Amino acid sequence: MKLSMWTYEGPPHVGAMRIAASMKGVHYVLHAPQGDTYADLLFTMIERRQSRPPVTYTTFQARDLAGSTADVFKQACRDAVARFAPDALLVGASCTAELLQDDPGGLARTLDVPVPVVPLELPSYQKKENWGASETFYRLVRAFVGRTPRPENIPANSCNILGPTSLGFRCRDDVTEIVKLLTEEGLDVRVVAPLGATPADLARLPEAAFNIVLYPEIADVTARWLKTAHGMPFVSTIPIGVGATEQFLTEVRALAGLPARETPCRDRLTWYSRSIDSNYLTNKRVFIFGDATHAIAAARIASEELGFRVCGLGTYMREFARDVRDAAARYGVEALISDDHLEVETAIIAARPELVLGTQMERHIAKRLRVPCAVISAPTHVQDFPARYSPQMGFEGANVIFDSWVHPLMMGLEEHLLQMFRDDFEFNDGAAASHLHPQAPAVKPVAEPAQMTAAAALAAPTGVIASWTLEAERELQKVPFFVRGKARRNTELFAQGQGIHPITVETLYDAKAHFAR
Amino acid sequence: MSMPQLAACAEPPAITQPIRQRGQHEVFCGLTSIIWLHRKVQDAFFLVVGSRTCAHLLQSAAGVMIFSEPRFATAIMEERDLAGMADMHDELDNVVARLLERRPDIRMLVLVGSCPSEVIKFDLTRAATRLNAVHAPRHRVIAYSGSGIETTFTQGEDNFLAALIADKMAAPSGGTPARLVVVGCLADVVEDQFSRLFAELGLNGVVFLPGRDAIKGLVLGPDTRFILAQPYLGATAAALEARGSRRIDSIFPLGAEGTSAWLRAICTAFGVDMARFDAVVAQPRRRAAEAMAHYRPWLEARRVFFFPDSQMEPSLARFLSREMGSELLEVGSPYLHRDHVAGELALLPAGVPISEGQDVDLQIERCRDANPDLIVCGLGLANPFEAEGRVSKWSIEFSFTPIQGFEQAGDLAELFARPLMRNAMLTGGGDRREAAR
Repeated sequence: MKLSMWTYEGPPHVGAMRIAASMKGVHYVLHAPQGDTYADLLFTMIERRQSRPPVTYTTFQARDLAGSTADVFKQACRDAVARFAPDALLVGASCTAELLQDDPGGLARTLDVPVPVVPLELPSYQKKENWGASETFYRLVRAFVGRTPRPENIPANSCNILGPTSLGFRCRDDVTEIVKLLTEEGLDVRVVAPLGATPADLARLPEAAFNIVLYPEIADVTARWLKTAHGMPFVSTIPIGVGATEQFLTEVRALAGLPARETPCRDRLTWYSRSIDSNYLTNKRVFIFGDATHAIAAARIASEELGFRVCGLGTYMREFARDVRDAAARYGVEALISDDHLEVETAIIAARPELVLGTQMERHIAKRLRVPCAVISAPTHVQDFPARYSPQMGFEGANVIFDSWVHPLMMGLEEHLLQMFRDDFEFNDGAAASHLHPQAPAVKPVAEPAQMTAAAALAAPTGVIASWTLEAERELQKVPFFVRGKARRNTELFAQGQGIHPITVETLYDAKAHFAR
Repeated sequence: MSMPQLAACAEPPAITQPIRQRGQHEVFCGLTSIIWLHRKVQDAFFLVVGSRTCAHLLQSAAGVMIFSEPRFATAIMEERDLAGMADMHDELDNVVARLLERRPDIRMLVLVGSCPSEVIKFDLTRAATRLNAVHAPRHRVIAYSGSGIETTFTQGEDNFLAALIADKMAAPSGGTPARLVVVGCLADVVEDQFSRLFAELGLNGVVFLPGRDAIKGLVLGPDTRFILAQPYLGATAAALEARGSRRIDSIFPLGAEGTSAWLRAICTAFGVDMARFDAVVAQPRRRAAEAMAHYRPWLEARRVFFFPDSQMEPSLARFLSREMGSELLEVGSPYLHRDHVAGELALLPAGVPISEGQDVDLQIERCRDANPDLIVCGLGLANPFEAEGRVSKWSIEFSFTPIQGFEQAGDLAELFARPLMRNAMLTGGGDRREAAR
């Protein structure tokens, strides 16, 4: 039993949902109680997906346990096939249904539904979300690729992209960027999977010359199987950062039989980092934590392309612990392999970073410690699905990374002035960078009433501000802080207009009703 | 605006039989109520004994990590616990010991059962008894089930309160018994407003359950009466009734009408002079009417469809129908407590379709066919409906926003009106549903 406040990964069936939701024509029947339907909102709210994810939950209840939950499952399968007419049906159990041992795979086989059924065995009490996604993708590819021999005469420049998923970190834009880059290089990208692929597309995977794994957490297992079963080589260099993108293109060209050539500089990161303004980035201490792919890439960029000093590196993905340990050794730090966010917090405090690159979890830790932070990896939040084009991969990805890592930092000259005049009452060690001011948390919340009154006085310089009774003042403190200032101003304006003095709780609510529109 | 009076003893009218379909539910489980309970009861810590899914649910439903160290956590069961390689009770004891070491400020530790812990019949009540022997009175330990195979969303609070009452009775703290217990989680600001009204009405000895302090508070006596402030508290009401307290029947304090009726029921039960009642509520009621009037034009004659969520749906529908003039197309609720919502159902227009439980796919079809002006639904459905060009109001906000009482009546109306106002703003002042017709 493990005590957990926040988790980096969901259960494995959420990983399976991410694969189903990434693809077209796949429907997932999940044997699960009603509470598990919360997972829909990950897609509809965090990713702002415009349709419900293709998942049917059996939502069995306690009273079904006495009868047959297996029948509930079979009915849900039949209904889902009739209603959604998928090309393929995934079936599986969530943590609770796993305990019932209904065997969804076996039950689905007895149903004689008119579509291929791919059963999933995802041990909820051992494995986690990324493993579940990887396993689901692998099972789907095995089911649809099979052992049919590859065609003769495969063009050497044809390739597939494996790994991007729904709810993955910036996958949507990474795919656009990398496909564009590869097409410019003369490559023919056949299938991108699972994001946007159909089961029929999976069947076509062996018709390309080789595979490109962009997200090993999701597609490494599948790529290895395609190599073993069908002799398809794969590229596993992740094109995050300028250097890695160049190396990636070199490897891809070699596999595609294209002549090696120097890549012309197509990014701004290189020059921006070289420009003297960036001098102040030198040796900034940066703590990095995330999934393995993004954390390792971030450490390399930080160290080799931006001139930061890596003061901590870690991952929550034990499956990739070795890779992260190897990387950490290169920067002379000990890798932190943990999915306990309290342990990560302790490590961050101990490392005294000037910048944290992490997940949403580390963003919260950094916010509390008042250390600048940029998010580089899943688990994601609604903010990690920006409206603008913002890939992490390729040359444009490198540009995006430069901006999003450098922006939270205090600018060079500002930093100097702070060090020279430490006790300035407005700008001090506790203050955030001035260009971030609107986002900075209030430094001295106690000063709020006085400030607000001053603001109100400025707004109505001729009027006399009515004083507040103690009780009214206390009542005002119950108004959420982010609208409290407005409530105070409105009430004072109202009291002034009505000639009320002093402001009582009644006045507060009279004003509230008055301004309710 | 004239307020319709609620007949003291409303005859149950001919309500059409609720629609009941067995299919996929699209609702939260009872664990989700921890999101507000852990903020309300400030000396309690909620420890879910469950799976990674439970932890992930709480984190996702909580809007992803609002508080860096929340007053809830999950003891995640692992393979070795289930395979019998580790004694689950020993494991739980260790987790609790670690937690209390880290958070010595916890006065009450609440063990919360989940789907997996219920299925394997892990007895948390027994665990609580054992842990109390070690940690009480410094840390009191109680247990309840928030599992999704037994509870839907707000029913988690119901089970928590029932467990809290059982614990109070098991360890009576002595003191003066409460005259009135107001049952159901209310925002602090609402609780304070009601407290002031009770004082003006001359009612003393009022206790709120849950209060901000889990340890202090509730003493029940032979004359203690209680009133529900929330409609989802069947088990809690039964627990109080089993201990001799009598329930004051009323509709719920939503809107000016609901709040008046609710306060009047209390006054009637305690023999408060009606003239005094009228005098005390006159001003707040006028304010409520003033605030609500701003939004009535947005909601009048609008056709509203409710998906099931919190069991507050009949009360919200009554508010919309009677105070905002909206038309109701369907009122879905995860569960209808026949006695507790009888008053609400009696006030709904005759023939309004009521549904209990859910087959979400069929309900979505009905909703599309009815083509409402506003769909009140959960987070999983809202954006897909918006993408179809429909207007939705996510229902979870009714559980996370102060909406009860006179001073919040305008806010409640605003919650419904906001999506319609926003739609009008984004479509250049016109109503796209109108334009589509």
